[in-house]
Amino acid sequence: MLLTRILKNDLGGQLLLIALLITTVTVALLNLAVPEGHALHISTYTVTLLGKYLTYGLLAIAVDLVWGYLGILSLGHGAFFALGGYAMGMYLMRQIGDRGVYGNPDLPDFMVFLNWQELPWFWLGFDMFWFAAIMIMLVPGLLAFVFGWLAFRSRVTGVYLSIITQALTYALMLAFFRNEMGFGGNNGLTDFKDILGFDLQADSTRVGLFVASALALALGYLSCRYVMNSRLGRVAVAIRDAEDRTRFIGYRVEHVKLWIFTFSAILAGIAGALYVPQVGIINPGEFSPLNSIELVVWVAVGGRATLFGAVIGAIAVNYGKTYFTAAIPELWLFALGALFILVTVLLPRGVVGLLQQLKRKQT
Amino acid sequence: MKQLDQVRDTFNRDQVWRFLQPRPKPNELDLSHGAILYLESISVSFDGFKAIDDLNLYIDAGELRCIIGPNGAGKTTMMDIITGKTRPDTGSAYFGQRIDLLQMTEPEIAQLGIGRKFQKPTVFEHHSVFENLELAMDSDKRVWPTLFAKLSDEQRSRIEEVMEIIGLQKQSSQLSGSLSHGQKQWLEIGMLLMQNPLLLLVDEPVAGMTHQEMDRTAELLTSLAGRHSVVVVEHDMDFVRSIARKVTVLHQGSVLAEGSMDEVQNDPRVIEVYLGE
Repeated sequence: MLLTRILKNDLGGQLLLIALLITTVTVALLNLAVPEGHALHISTYTVTLLGKYLTYGLLAIAVDLVWGYLGILSLGHGAFFALGGYAMGMYLMRQIGDRGVYGNPDLPDFMVFLNWQELPWFWLGFDMFWFAAIMIMLVPGLLAFVFGWLAFRSRVTGVYLSIITQALTYALMLAFFRNEMGFGGNNGLTDFKDILGFDLQADSTRVGLFVASALALALGYLSCRYVMNSRLGRVAVAIRDAEDRTRFIGYRVEHVKLWIFTFSAILAGIAGALYVPQVGIINPGEFSPLNSIELVVWVAVGGRATLFGAVIGAIAVNYGKTYFTAAIPELWLFALGALFILVTVLLPRGVVGLLQQLKRKQT
Repeated sequence: MKQLDQVRDTFNRDQVWRFLQPRPKPNELDLSHGAILYLESISVSFDGFKAIDDLNLYIDAGELRCIIGPNGAGKTTMMDIITGKTRPDTGSAYFGQRIDLLQMTEPEIAQLGIGRKFQKPTVFEHHSVFENLELAMDSDKRVWPTLFAKLSDEQRSRIEEVMEIIGLQKQSSQLSGSLSHGQKQWLEIGMLLMQNPLLLLVDEPVAGMTHQEMDRTAELLTSLAGRHSVVVVEHDMDFVRSIARKVTVLHQGSVLAEGSMDEVQNDPRVIEVYLGE
């Protein structure tokens, strides 16, 4: 069977998916079937929080794919995440209909506020879910394709590529901050009501989104693992380790990089699309360079080139972030910085690398 | 004037525009005149330094040619030009009668059947010996076919055959990063063989090898000649003497002497270059 073939020799992945399955089922049951006030009840707030972590996990996998396996340190993956999020946000905005503050059935609130008379062309079609779903993958994918085509063809590598990916996300942030762009400017898109006809405030919808995130993470993991188990995956690692050599045995290095980069951007877009309905807002802050750097830290903490390590890193760091920003908010950035330094100095292969080392010592 | 020349060139009546010409295929290599590689009046300079200066070199099909020369003679630059890494300022490079190498990218040249071994052994350190050979294997190397590629029995036995030739059967599943220097050299030669090239460019194959390993390498390279054309760049004179039929001496970017090892060694100009006055 395909599933067993993909997960062969991948103990970490097997454990991750089993843990994911158990958590998803338990959390869903404990939220929906156990009455509120009961000791075992899991609040909807927690469910949404976990769902958010799972979308971060998917995003981390996307980063690990290009960084860990292909050697491209992208400091702009937050841009693809945010674009997927905006596509979903636009669909959710259109679902509001005449329930907005201004009660205009044709225009989202912020357009009424800006005195716009009609819907801009790029908003057309976003009232249909299937169209939005395509755009969620198409927009980040297309941007990554064009960007990658230009960058890889000119053989931009290493730190230079990192810098221009950073510039890309920064430029997008500035653009989206402008009201004239037509994406809600500074405030972004928010005040969502429902998705596919389900009320976003309802517990069952929240659980549904959580389960969808878990499913997306599992499928994303499996598809990345499939790619990396294939010969193409071995070519990717070969490019990471000896790019020239790969070229001289006849592989078109630029094409391999381009396709994997695009695939990774699509995954990031899907993660963003699942993130937005759970947190209820998308604004240009998501494009901020700091976000993109933070996700590189998640992957570094978890362990590069392992895929499941990226998920562990994303969840662990974000749990830490949630805890810290509630308990001692002013210390969070210091903690993040310290974490990055500690991991780089002491755990170059992340938590997963540490576990593997311990295991080797035992045997 | 340059533009005028270009216009004249474009409207030259006895030539077909390049984009209208059919794409060359490696198995259609035209060897009707006996030579597989033509380098003609090639010059290239880096920041004013002439690395290659009006170089003319012809390699016959099936030949084993050794190229020697002092440091900085332009040996590696010549290989860079043949494999598409460096573009010359002037001159032409043809593979067979018809394929213009200067119009092609590195992967295209590799797929046409020109394989290259680097001076410093470069193998994929995080892949096993088997995987290294698998990646180098002559196959459809575009992205999608590579994603869905499966190893056929025939290919598997070909890999095993090559592992036997290079003496690394026992290391099949060992990471190539953990091989010794000599073994890496061998693995790289094995990767060349997997590509099944028509022309092999081998840059310093015995650097850092013991005498025993050298002898085996010499044996291997001589056995390749005939089926493949082999160009070996080497410093080690004993090694060159043990394999060479024809030797080309490069000096300051152009050919100084060409002939059998004895002829070359007795050439006063060669002696001067190597020993000084």
